[in-house]
Amino acid sequence: MLRKTLLGLAAGVAMTTAGFASAAMAQDALKMVFIGKNTGNPYFDSLTNGFVEGCKALGCEFEFVAPATAEATSQIPFIEAQIQRGVDVIAISPNSPDALNQVFDDARSKGILVLTVNGDITGNESHRDATILPTNFDNVGKDQVEMVGSLIGYEGEIAILSATTEAPDQNKWIEGMKATLASDAKYAKMKLVATVYGDDQPEKSTTEMEALLSNYPDLKGVIAPTTVGIAAAAQVVQSRGIAEQVKVTGLGLPSEMRDFVKDGTVTAFQLWSPYNEGWLAAHFAKGVKEGTIKNEVGSTFEVPDLGTITINPGNSINTQAALTTFNAGNIDDFNF
Amino acid sequence: MTTIRSILGRREAGIFVMIVLFAIAVGIAKPQFLTLNSLRIVLLLVPLILIGAMGQMLVILARHVDLSIGSVLGFSAMVTGMMFRYHPEIWWPLGFLLSVGIGAGLGLLNGVLVTVFRLPAIIVTLGTLNLYRGLTYIVSDARQIDRQYVPSALKAMSQTSPIFGIPWIIFISFAVVFATWWFLMHTRLGRQIYALGSNPVAAPLRGIDVTGVTLLVFTISGALSGLAGILYASRWGFVNPSNTGAGFEFQVIAAVVIGGVSINGGVGTVLGTFFGVILLGCVAAALPLLGIAGTTQNAIYGAVIIVALLIDRTVRRQGVKSLARARA
Amino acid sequence: MTTVERRSVAAGRESAPPRPLWHTVLVRPETMTLVLLVVAVFAASALSPYFLDLSYILRSFTLSAEFAIVALVLTMIIIAGEIDLSPAANMALSACLFAYAQAAGVPMPLAILIGLGAGVLMGVLNGLMVIGLQLPSIIVTIGTMIFYRGVAQVIAGDKSIRVPDWFIGINNVFIVGVPVPVVVFIVLSIVLGLVLGVTVFGRQIYQIGTNEIAARHAGIRSRRIKMILFILIGFVSAAAGLMTASRLGSVRYDLGLGGELQMVLMAMLGGTYIFGGRGTILGTFLAAWLLVIVSTGMTVANLLPATQLTVLGILLIVSIIATNAIYSRAQR
Repeated sequence: MLRKTLLGLAAGVAMTTAGFASAAMAQDALKMVFIGKNTGNPYFDSLTNGFVEGCKALGCEFEFVAPATAEATSQIPFIEAQIQRGVDVIAISPNSPDALNQVFDDARSKGILVLTVNGDITGNESHRDATILPTNFDNVGKDQVEMVGSLIGYEGEIAILSATTEAPDQNKWIEGMKATLASDAKYAKMKLVATVYGDDQPEKSTTEMEALLSNYPDLKGVIAPTTVGIAAAAQVVQSRGIAEQVKVTGLGLPSEMRDFVKDGTVTAFQLWSPYNEGWLAAHFAKGVKEGTIKNEVGSTFEVPDLGTITINPGNSINTQAALTTFNAGNIDDFNF
Repeated sequence: MTTIRSILGRREAGIFVMIVLFAIAVGIAKPQFLTLNSLRIVLLLVPLILIGAMGQMLVILARHVDLSIGSVLGFSAMVTGMMFRYHPEIWWPLGFLLSVGIGAGLGLLNGVLVTVFRLPAIIVTLGTLNLYRGLTYIVSDARQIDRQYVPSALKAMSQTSPIFGIPWIIFISFAVVFATWWFLMHTRLGRQIYALGSNPVAAPLRGIDVTGVTLLVFTISGALSGLAGILYASRWGFVNPSNTGAGFEFQVIAAVVIGGVSINGGVGTVLGTFFGVILLGCVAAALPLLGIAGTTQNAIYGAVIIVALLIDRTVRRQGVKSLARARA
Repeated sequence: MTTVERRSVAAGRESAPPRPLWHTVLVRPETMTLVLLVVAVFAASALSPYFLDLSYILRSFTLSAEFAIVALVLTMIIIAGEIDLSPAANMALSACLFAYAQAAGVPMPLAILIGLGAGVLMGVLNGLMVIGLQLPSIIVTIGTMIFYRGVAQVIAGDKSIRVPDWFIGINNVFIVGVPVPVVVFIVLSIVLGLVLGVTVFGRQIYQIGTNEIAARHAGIRSRRIKMILFILIGFVSAAAGLMTASRLGSVRYDLGLGGELQMVLMAMLGGTYIFGGRGTILGTFLAAWLLVIVSTGMTVANLLPATQLTVLGILLIVSIIATNAIYSRAQR
């Protein structure tokens, strides 16, 4: 009985989906796929939108897929499946800096263009064709220090609430922050007292933030260069009612930070446009695949709305020169 | 009987002593741990776990286990969040009804699978753990409910109240603890859960409706996870299809086992579970204060569960021995 | 393998009227698994035109082969009336210890031994608590599952540890066109299938799972046999962990995260009876393929991973309901 029902169900599913599959095929458009870190991550909604709009404008086929969890290996079956589907371009926000090397090599040996987007496989750059990063990551640390400095009058103790201890991007920015604090006389009266890690979990980030406040009662400012961290830090400050004493800033999503900016918990924070990453990646991939863009360091190409883009050393491409700052004045202009 | 009770008394006292010793030890290293502020941090950390632990305790007392609570929490929170997002005109406190109702429904389904098909709860709930999580993605289209959609009044419940400014969420969780204690100690049904768990074979002979009681504990566990779901939205201000409630079951089961509830059913108290939750909360709050890396946290949780199991066994052994001695 | 299985089923219904032969042969959980497997192949081919390609299916199988290998031993443990939820964490910790040791300059052969030895030790620890201290295996191994992975996280932190280039790529080594991990799985299936099906040891495992006290009265050293099984799964998990390390080229604490569900699922889908005493390696073998085909089919059709979670959850529940129903019918 049970078996019969199951069989019927499977057959039904098979038939309906078979209809769709055959209808969607048989086009010769460039096939592009973006593999996110995990599903349900609001950051990638906007990035994917950039791809969708870009592909619509360029006449490419586009699909977004992502694993349920962001552990190192979870993207591998998805990459394998895309190779099997015969896509032309795989854009991916990698969950691991090295566990994907082998499968990337497979993909490239089949002529697929492999782009890392919004994060790179640092140390293994030879396994991908190019990387699209939102901004020049060398300047993020400096910009963030300036941001927190301007909020606290360039004087007092500050701390950093980061993602995981090994998050490569965050660590690069933190290095930048430390270098800036050490070398620029403008920040001589600011003292970095601690760097803690909230593992990009709200609960963990909250307890780390609470511990910072307990351990450093004179803390003036907190930089949280991660979207989960800054929201958690802002919430702690909001619930303690100490927005005047402790200034929280960092990198956050306007959609998650809007309420905190409006009620004065957070004065200003920064980020870039995830949308533009997708938009640029789509244009770049199409250009490279059709031969109109040379994927060589130093060559330039035009992208509508973004202007002239240059390929930097390491085949790294940036969508914008500097971070965008969000505050009460402009936050309603952004819908991601 | 009296011997067992005195041992249980010792067991809870033991956990309480552990909490005190732990607090003192941390306090010596970091005096700021022994402040009212730390109490606030711990109490704001534990409400969801406390509520989940009460439901889980009932299930374990009846000699079952519910692994699906994290996904039940996530699903209830997501549907409630979607109500806030797409129907902001609906009076927001109805969200409590919705979340608890959905949780109860999912819990009931677990109970039905366990009783009607006579399946082991651990496997059923391992299955529904994935099933409910998958459904959460499907109903939400894998989109997060952002902070701006969660009603401010709901978020405020985790921050303050007219009573000394102690957040509502703490009162709610304590009320659940009290209600569970009253239910277990002062109702016939509550006593039946103990009876069922300590001897499932004899239970029907004593006139206990085994199916009914089993369905009830799973439904309560689900309903409380649903309550934890809307409180998650209140506490953290968002609902995410993959993060919300993930790993909740392990925190809760760890707390319950530490609290001295025997995994073999029939033994355990509300007070013990309460202390178990508080101990875990203290550990979670103290680690960052001590500057211990978050990466050690899971190892500590695991070790604590294993140690609690070993203690549980020793206590049970002694209980049996002293029972034997009392009879002799 | 089948003869013994039939005999043990026969033993359970001595007083019942004999069933027709076709009934005995066909009404069994493995048949259900086989039917589902065939259906899944058709459904997946219909879902995506890219699915039906043997080399792709084999390549996809290598992604789950490590879990499948452990699931074979897990099947024996479940038949013996216990369970182990810690193998995936064991894989991670063994692999982390191995990677950490070789990165610290320990010679490779020794590092591999450290990894395998750690796996055995973890199995012993589980066994001691379950058999020596008489604690319920389900809770013990939930505890050690969290603990082992926690220790892996303490050792490796959040970073990934690289392994030497020559060690990388076991999944790209082929024996007559079949990737090595798949070959290992097939060979181990045959070996364990024989052990369970035709040896005295195998029969004793079934007897322990059916009624441990009776088995002990019959002179079966149940504690020793169960200990052997826990040590075996510890060793096999560690080997699977090293295979994963070779496939990925690097090790992080989250290696094999969530694998316990897949392993239990493979055993359950293959008709292993959760209360012990019944099940076959053949069933788990088929179920492993079924699971890979279902998840590969859905991935290549670009279905949301959510759908996969849902389908896996439903499959688990349906398979135990069906297995229970079939066994209780066989008993009647």
